[in-house]
Amino acid sequence: MKRIIAVLVENKPGVLARVSSLFRRRNFNIDSLAVGTTDREDISRMTIVVRGDDKTVEQVIKQLNKLIEVIKVSDLSENSVNRILALIKVSANTSNRGEIIEIANIFRARIVDVARDSLIIEITGDEDKINAFTNLMRQYGIKEFVRTGVISMARGSKVVEAKV
Amino acid sequence: MRAADAIVKALEYEGVEHIFGIPGGAIIEVYDALYDSSIEHILTRHEQAAVHAADGYARAKGKTGVAFATSGPGATNTVTGIATAYMDSSPLVVMTGQVPKTMIGNDAFQEADTTGITMPITKHNYLVTDERELLKVVREAFYIASTGRPGPVLIDLPKDVTTADIEFDYPVEINLPGYKPKIKGHPKQIKNAAEEIVKSERPIILAGGGVILSNACEELRKLAETIPAFVVTTLMGKGAIPETHPLSLGFIGMHGSKYANYAVMDADLILAVGCRFSDRTTGNVSEFAPEAKIIHIDVDPAEIGKNVRVDIPIVGDAKLVLSELIKYIKYKQRKEWENKVNNWREKYPLKYTQNERTIKPQYVIEKIYELKPDAIVTTEVGQNQMWAAQYFKVSRARQFISSGGLGTMGFGFPAAMGAQVAFPESTVVDIAGDGSFMMNIQELATCVDYKIPVKVCILNNMFLGMVRQWQELFYDERYSETCLRCKEMSFEKIAEGFGAVGMTVEKPSDVEDALKEAFEIDAPIVIDFRVERLENVYPMVPAGASLRDIIDEEY
Repeated sequence: MKRIIAVLVENKPGVLARVSSLFRRRNFNIDSLAVGTTDREDISRMTIVVRGDDKTVEQVIKQLNKLIEVIKVSDLSENSVNRILALIKVSANTSNRGEIIEIANIFRARIVDVARDSLIIEITGDEDKINAFTNLMRQYGIKEFVRTGVISMARGSKVVEAKV
Repeated sequence: MRAADAIVKALEYEGVEHIFGIPGGAIIEVYDALYDSSIEHILTRHEQAAVHAADGYARAKGKTGVAFATSGPGATNTVTGIATAYMDSSPLVVMTGQVPKTMIGNDAFQEADTTGITMPITKHNYLVTDERELLKVVREAFYIASTGRPGPVLIDLPKDVTTADIEFDYPVEINLPGYKPKIKGHPKQIKNAAEEIVKSERPIILAGGGVILSNACEELRKLAETIPAFVVTTLMGKGAIPETHPLSLGFIGMHGSKYANYAVMDADLILAVGCRFSDRTTGNVSEFAPEAKIIHIDVDPAEIGKNVRVDIPIVGDAKLVLSELIKYIKYKQRKEWENKVNNWREKYPLKYTQNERTIKPQYVIEKIYELKPDAIVTTEVGQNQMWAAQYFKVSRARQFISSGGLGTMGFGFPAAMGAQVAFPESTVVDIAGDGSFMMNIQELATCVDYKIPVKVCILNNMFLGMVRQWQELFYDERYSETCLRCKEMSFEKIAEGFGAVGMTVEKPSDVEDALKEAFEIDAPIVIDFRVERLENVYPMVPAGASLRDIIDEEY
């Protein structure tokens, strides 16, 4: 089972190494990890997607909380907005370019670069949407693919914040 | 002020009296500053031993131990010591030298990524890259090491940081937004626990090393007497209750007594305090105490539910939680249970037979106990450790010092050295195996140099005994690489070569006199007891089996 965990950490060198080292040492499976500073420069936010049963995820959260530089750990697996950003370089020529753009429009993806024989498409969405779109693009030939890890935010009034 | 001087001054502020370590190029500035300090430095002969000694010191005294090492190999040599302290939650501050900031990452001479290497075996670690952060880091390190669930903290000091010029304004306030150890237990959970305890018919208290770390032994004993409940301990919990107390059943697990293990397996309630349910303690964890409601008190939330299912979790400091809990406990007689456990105790005592020819290792420990029941005892790891745990009845906290979690051979001797430095007037005995003692034997030089009169009692069976025992029982006596063929080797002469006192004892009738003599001499002593080579540790729960399936030697 996949679970999404948001981790607020002090923005210090080595914190990322500490978190990833913890996952390896405790034999937790990390699916993706996205990290960046928050609106406060001294605090970063990591979004970690882990796979495991309830007991494992409970341990993940507890062990993360033990790290001195970890300020807050929240489980965002339910009722949250989850986004991935992907850039896909697809083979395209004059005959199929229109068709690809049409599909991209349906997915509300954007064409960010056009070359003689390829397009770069930018798409955001959850895992399912990205996968569905990627599968459709295969028929044209994917030359290059890059995506971020999931970032996530709880819906409604719930806020993940550092009270410091 | 030179940063190196500021470091030493900060250590004085933290109340540090002793440091164990070895200097080197990258940490030479700090050693230079130490030259003028009132802090006593003990120069060990290996950095691993420096950390074990600081650890033994910390465990004996209940105060954060401090070790120094230089960069590169100095730092990597501390790794086993740090991992040992980490597994047993021992408070340490380890300071290592590092190559200058400008050279980090260039594979400079004696460079190693010390913070990277020690990340998974420290509670926290620091690489100081800004000298203005230095004093804050030292302050935080001591705070983190000794609070909550204690553990080792490492500070890596680039050489140019130690030579920098800084102001000495030692911070009082600590601001660690992500570190707030929970100290007080949840009142409602405590009440729930008390209710279950009062209801129970077959209660057992399982005390771990956390009871000792939080100085909760007095509270634990009172609670046990009030319920009343029998008390078993983990290996690390030895000393949480005097083992001569009528309610004490000693330690449980792989080599615990049959009666203690049976009592746990038959209990309808287990109050576990400051323990982590390690596999050596629980046996097959899915069959552990099947009928028991489990209450688990621990300061580390991650320990709760990690290995066993818990019915009532209480996160908090053992001392505070127990002193709250006791207020809600009403005495209730449980005659049937008491008789049952006492019958087991009578029926299945620890046993061995001493003959006239060969010394039994258990006999040596019984004699040590008879002659010096108040001694601080450290152990190495393996058979010597288990016999020591079985036959030395510990009467107080911090009297029994052993590497429980990591199981580090070579720990006992330097740890004894540290304990002796902490308590110069006490008798400190290292119960050793011939294999383990060889792993830090060079510290005899330190003991002689500083007149640290540790008594090393080697139970010499010329085997890596515990592995040999497993090979005998589970691998058809295929003794693959466990025989230390060294009949010709004399520990007595080695000791003498170092300038210590050496003795060899071969006859059972000489054991007592040799020990008496040794305890009279105020010098480091190695006694080589040539013991029965094929003696096994019994009883024993085979690895992975249930505690119920504990086996005894066939008599």
